[in-house]
Amino acid sequence: MDTFSTLIQVLDSTLRLATPLLLACLAGLFSERSGIFDIGLEAKMLVSAFFSAAFAYTTGSVWIGLMAGVAASIVFAGIHGIASITFRGNQLISGVALNFLASGMTVLIAQSWFHQGGRTPSLMGGARFEGVELPFAIGPTEAAETGRPLNPLIAEAGPLQQLYSELISGHSILVYIALLAVPATWWVLYRTRFGLRLRAVGENPAAVDTAGISVVGLRYSSMIIVGVLCGLAGAYLATGLQAGFVKDMTAGRGYIALAALIFAKWRPWHALGACLLFGLLQALALRTDVVEALFPFKMPVQLLDSMPYILTVVILAGFVGKAIPPRAGGQPYVKER
Amino acid sequence: MDAMPKWADMLLVPLISLLLAMVISALVILGIGEDPWAALKLMVQGSFGSTYGWGYTLFYATNFIFTGLAFAVASHAAMFNIGSEGQATLGGLGVALVCLALPWPHWTVALVAAMAGGALFGAAWAFLPAWLAARRGSHIVITTIMFNFIGLAVLNYMLVNVMRPEGSMDPASAKFPDSTNLPSLHDILALVGIPFSKTAPANVAFLVALVACVLVWLLLWRTRFGFELRAFGKSESAAVYAGISPTKIIVVAMLISGGLSGLMAVNNVMGEAERLVLNSVEGAGFIGIAVALMGRNHPLGVLLAAILFGFLYQGGAELALWTSIPRELIVVIQGLVILFTGALDNMVRMPIERFFLWRRRNAQAGE
Repeated sequence: MDTFSTLIQVLDSTLRLATPLLLACLAGLFSERSGIFDIGLEAKMLVSAFFSAAFAYTTGSVWIGLMAGVAASIVFAGIHGIASITFRGNQLISGVALNFLASGMTVLIAQSWFHQGGRTPSLMGGARFEGVELPFAIGPTEAAETGRPLNPLIAEAGPLQQLYSELISGHSILVYIALLAVPATWWVLYRTRFGLRLRAVGENPAAVDTAGISVVGLRYSSMIIVGVLCGLAGAYLATGLQAGFVKDMTAGRGYIALAALIFAKWRPWHALGACLLFGLLQALALRTDVVEALFPFKMPVQLLDSMPYILTVVILAGFVGKAIPPRAGGQPYVKER
Repeated sequence: MDAMPKWADMLLVPLISLLLAMVISALVILGIGEDPWAALKLMVQGSFGSTYGWGYTLFYATNFIFTGLAFAVASHAAMFNIGSEGQATLGGLGVALVCLALPWPHWTVALVAAMAGGALFGAAWAFLPAWLAARRGSHIVITTIMFNFIGLAVLNYMLVNVMRPEGSMDPASAKFPDSTNLPSLHDILALVGIPFSKTAPANVAFLVALVACVLVWLLLWRTRFGFELRAFGKSESAAVYAGISPTKIIVVAMLISGGLSGLMAVNNVMGEAERLVLNSVEGAGFIGIAVALMGRNHPLGVLLAAILFGFLYQGGAELALWTSIPRELIVVIQGLVILFTGALDNMVRMPIERFFLWRRRNAQAGE
């Protein structure tokens, strides 16, 4: 295996692993920019992963699964909203509670629905997101035409075609949606009236209220956006990246997304960078052969795994530029005393 | 003047929240096609119906007392220590290193040394987040979450690469020498002639936890430092004005909190497993948050709430054993209890406050 195709393979899996992080990270961005801390990103991804897999399996349609996943995620975001906006509860505690609830509830329902030890049956065919073949790329169609397996076909092509076919083409639609969500988030936050108000409500809700705009309304709408984005992230995990739901399959991705959000200092384009970086670290942790070739010393895989967290602590320490969160984050807004 | 009497705040609100969580849990059990009443009976029978059940309930409760106290101490200083999980993980490492280091002559000596090791490692794991919070203004919640994950990676590395005995495939340390095995409640109660289950894992660490409750109470309400700590937690600016150093309070409170989390390892690592395994904490760090919330950050409340959660754990295990309800039901109930007693506190509190105000107005109008 030559270096070039290895590089492309690692980058390819970076992109796939970064996708759920990116969607969850943007969800967190909307939430925290509106002044609501959300350590329950994990919970929303998990319920979405389960319900998307369960419905995709039962109906045979991945799209119905996706809708079910997003709906479940919005319900969880709604509970977080009720706790932290309406009842002005502690947002961190609500997040912790929802993480527990999601972790237990998904297994409980999976067990009583499918009787397979808390997982869904494996998804096949239309119940999964297939790769999208971009124009001119070498994909399964070409492989079927020539009657040869896909990998050697790509390996024979020129470097540019290899890059295009392997890295850019052939991902599930949700990967492209996640990438498009970055400019969309930027545009909504910085170029629309809603975005201006959303950012303001995270910094100084009293001023927004004085201007006659509903703080509660803005925060609830950000919760819905969070629900949709986390729902996409979870559905991608269960129906794109893997084929079915297994217990606690988010495996801390909600927290890595949170770390990426801080790493990106609450900015959309930087979030893309941070998530790609953390995705690359995850991809490398899966390819021990590449890691051994890259580093002259023996790199423990545990160090690679914990690199996102270490980097985030370094950023938080403020020695490499200061990460300043939205000012009103975590504080419930009381209209009048 | 407070809207409601103190007893309502301390007892009524948490009990109603708990009741709501239980009602929803019952609905969940109904939803998966089981009988909630039968489930509750089985849980009570399994956790309090025999000394065997009690032994497990108290074993779990011991873990939760330590992590609950840890969260409570940090809370009084207005620090949200979500890092008990990582601190207890590192505490386990400390306890294991101590137990394996020397041929200890007697369990009492080993216990004291292991307590020191566990507390030291736990406190060390809380130090950096505390220092960053005090000096660099880093958000303690995020840094402690990150340290939970880093702690797991450290443990994983140590077990796989350093502490694993030659020839073993299992990522676990060697078994601790027999001289470090702690006496179980069976052995202790036998001294005074009370029969107690021989197989249950509750051990002398439960007594250590009770002592810790008293010491935390003394520290918070009977010492100058405890007063400073609580004053700082109530109002940072007032505390600074009174000459209290924020750095000192934050760092020392977090060190005590981390040390208490680390002490938990005396129970689960030294007392029960008698070797160090991956994921020995099993979420007890997060349950500590629920325990402290339910117990209103008071040692006595923490003790009672820890026993409640011990009951949930042992009862849930019995359910999984005898019915088709999976063990994860406990995780759901746990989530609901945290949600209702913690995050949705105002949902219960506001109507009760209104009720007491209404009663008081009526009483005044009647005079």
